[in-house]
Amino acid sequence: MRLEYFQMVDRIVELDPEARLVRTECRVPDESPVFEGHFPGYPILPGVLMIETMAQTGGWLVLATLRFAAMPFLIQAREAKMRSFVSPGQVLAGEASLVHDGSGFAVVEAKLTSDGRKVAEAEIRYRVTPFPNETLRAQMLETARRIGVAETHFPETPAHGA
Amino acid sequence: MASTFDTVAGIIAETCDIERDTITPDSHAINDLGIDSLDFLDVAFAIDKAFGIKMPLEQWTQEVNEGKVSSDEYFVIKNLCSNIDKLVAAKSA
Repeated sequence: MRLEYFQMVDRIVELDPEARLVRTECRVPDESPVFEGHFPGYPILPGVLMIETMAQTGGWLVLATLRFAAMPFLIQAREAKMRSFVSPGQVLAGEASLVHDGSGFAVVEAKLTSDGRKVAEAEIRYRVTPFPNETLRAQMLETARRIGVAETHFPETPAHGA
Repeated sequence: MASTFDTVAGIIAETCDIERDTITPDSHAINDLGIDSLDFLDVAFAIDKAFGIKMPLEQWTQEVNEGKVSSDEYFVIKNLCSNIDKLVAAKSA
């Protein structure tokens, strides 16, 4: 995880659009300016970043399902629960399953676990829209390659300039 | 078995915290009931689940934005129900 850059997912562990399932690995950094404020002398991962981590985990599933034809933007987190504190250095396992892909929106059930214990869960909803520009699309494809999204999930015709 | 209108009105009442009695077939979801786009996504999700369909919201929105059809066509409840019935019929055809 690079918290300051909102890069929450380090690695795709499993990505199966047919099974509507994704698993990710997200290691909380040992140090980050975020921990200087949250909290002084007692660093823990902010709950909003747990939600963001679940949203990004599910987001890769939506992107792969659409073969990067459109971008999912977080619009709603329902029934979000942060069940325990998450500390620097802790490794989180993200998991999300696509429960609905509507027209222009998508819904996943997501959770984070650590050492097999659930630390957070939420239903995440996205508005799914065409990429607003080529810069974002190219960046998403680059990040996808970096974290290990298989080429089979990429667009059949590579994007211009990607 | 509940009518399409009863089901849709129930979903809107529950999802958007609107008094069930204020929802009529002639109500406009946005102009009369004040449902915003985020709440309407909740409604659409619940309708999709309840009827086993996928409402083409993107297409509808585009048609309205381009001025091809009035928003009444998709957002007045009786018209919405009619469109849902067509989608259900198309699915089972």
